[in-house]
Amino acid sequence: MSRTLTILQAGPGMTVQDAGRSGWLEYGLSRGGAMDRLALAEGAALLGQSAECAALEMAAMGGEFEAQEDLRIALTGAPMRASIDGTAVAWNASHLLPAGARLSIGAATSGSYGYLHVGGGIASTPRLGAGSAHLSAGIGALLAAGDVLNIGPDEGTHTGFGLPRPDRFDGGSVRVVPSLQTELFPAAELARFEATAFRRSARGNRMGVPLECEGRGIELEGGRTVLSEVIVPGDIQITGDGTPFVLMAECQTTGGYPRIGTVLPCDLPVLAQAAAGAPLRFQFVSLEEALTAEREDAERRAGLARQRFPLIRDPRTMPDLLSYQLISGAIAGDEDVL
Amino acid sequence: MAETGSDMQERFPKIRTVGVDGMLVSFGARLNEAANRAALAFRAGLATESWEGIEEVSTSLVSTYLRFDTVHLDHAALRRRLEQLLRTRDWYAADLPGKRRLWRIPAVFGTELAPQLPQAAAAAGLSEEEAVASLTGARVRVQTIGFAPGQPYLGELPEAWDIPRQSQLTSRIPEGALAVAIRQLVLFSVSTPTGWMHVGQTAVRLFRPEADEPFLLRPGDEVQFAAIEAEQLEALRRDPLGGASAEALE
Repeated sequence: MSRTLTILQAGPGMTVQDAGRSGWLEYGLSRGGAMDRLALAEGAALLGQSAECAALEMAAMGGEFEAQEDLRIALTGAPMRASIDGTAVAWNASHLLPAGARLSIGAATSGSYGYLHVGGGIASTPRLGAGSAHLSAGIGALLAAGDVLNIGPDEGTHTGFGLPRPDRFDGGSVRVVPSLQTELFPAAELARFEATAFRRSARGNRMGVPLECEGRGIELEGGRTVLSEVIVPGDIQITGDGTPFVLMAECQTTGGYPRIGTVLPCDLPVLAQAAAGAPLRFQFVSLEEALTAEREDAERRAGLARQRFPLIRDPRTMPDLLSYQLISGAIAGDEDVL
Repeated sequence: MAETGSDMQERFPKIRTVGVDGMLVSFGARLNEAANRAALAFRAGLATESWEGIEEVSTSLVSTYLRFDTVHLDHAALRRRLEQLLRTRDWYAADLPGKRRLWRIPAVFGTELAPQLPQAAAAAGLSEEEAVASLTGARVRVQTIGFAPGQPYLGELPEAWDIPRQSQLTSRIPEGALAVAIRQLVLFSVSTPTGWMHVGQTAVRLFRPEADEPFLLRPGDEVQFAAIEAEQLEALRRDPLGGASAEALE
């Protein structure tokens, strides 16, 4: 039997994603990888495996899947309605997907990107050192019905764990640090940038997230053309009409638009997950505060496995009770997984 | 190019932060040969140093960029080390990195394959013949790669080519197009709208994700274009390298 997962139906924005590929920036290729790195870490923690494992990223809409042998799965990121053979299963949790059973994942109920993780990870052909798709560079492709994904060997056994649902799916305030061209903006415009209630525009993709606001946008005299310089994910370009455009995972590597600041990497999941119309505000912090926040976030991600709790199920609502690995699920709490 | 004048030496090299986890060492405020050479040399210097916690190094036109692990390094410590490395030599006078290559790339100039040759030649004050002779006579360097994977900015062309980009964008320039403006050539790795003027057409694919060596060009490589007839281009499209050939420099 092969360890594979067959896609029976796919939403329009489904790709294999991981932590991306480093080392190609000087060749014009951005790192790419999952839009929500925290969701990637949560999936790894739920399954007790490396955060390097590739998962399925699903933009706004899930799909239907069938495993050819028993697989452990975890669902993280933007909450979506999910069921296994018609029985609803919890989000931000791990489950057993028995061979032949049908996993259905619907539309996101909030947020933008949901993730389906598989024990052992998705083993796609590595390109330039990683298995993730980088569509804007022409690496990999959107997944579609009929695609069969190879799954790596799974050393874990437990399922039936949940993680507290983090609050990053409805927009909010994100922290930014000054960037290369921040000083080109007049102080009054920087203040207005912080005071403005922006909304996520309906456009936007893995390359970047455009924002909208009422009234006039952020103004910058002169400085429209600056020397083309390195771009990093989180950079906030001010476009011609004065609205911010936040560069994301698959951004270009250099650019000449003035950038007003850079979103902290640990706050980028909030931007990635904000659905169309979600409110967003920006708040400048010092580099020191940003570094502290990044370090705390790294610690939080490393400690996720300790936050897992066993899912409480009512056996009377579980028609497929015998298909659950009840015993392995019950003893996994003290496992040292990372 | 002795553009390391007094005002420049006062302000550059300049170290700035990029986002939370990046540092940028800039060698000039605008594109010039000396600053581009310094950025390439300093990037090679950083590679030799290979400091722990450095996750990515790259160059843009006049700067060297590095991304670091925020858990194990901080800005102040990194700035000190960068300042130290900067002081070890005059990076504007440093040799270019090793392992550079000279590429010869066949291109069709003009015809319906590259329709803006007449317009670009006129802007440069040259006849079409003079323009082709100038563009094929110049040995240009990959100053940086960016915008799209594998896409080089090549320079520096003779002064006549200090012509502006068009304010009206060309709606779509094909992959492999050679376009000129502001004393630079761009060889396009993707089909895209652009303000650069389309003067030549090549058969090279600059980025091949499935290949062992996915990128044709490296920063610092040199390139010279050779004029071919339009009829020759079709055959070159079947060659994985599009007729390009390389020899080692130095």
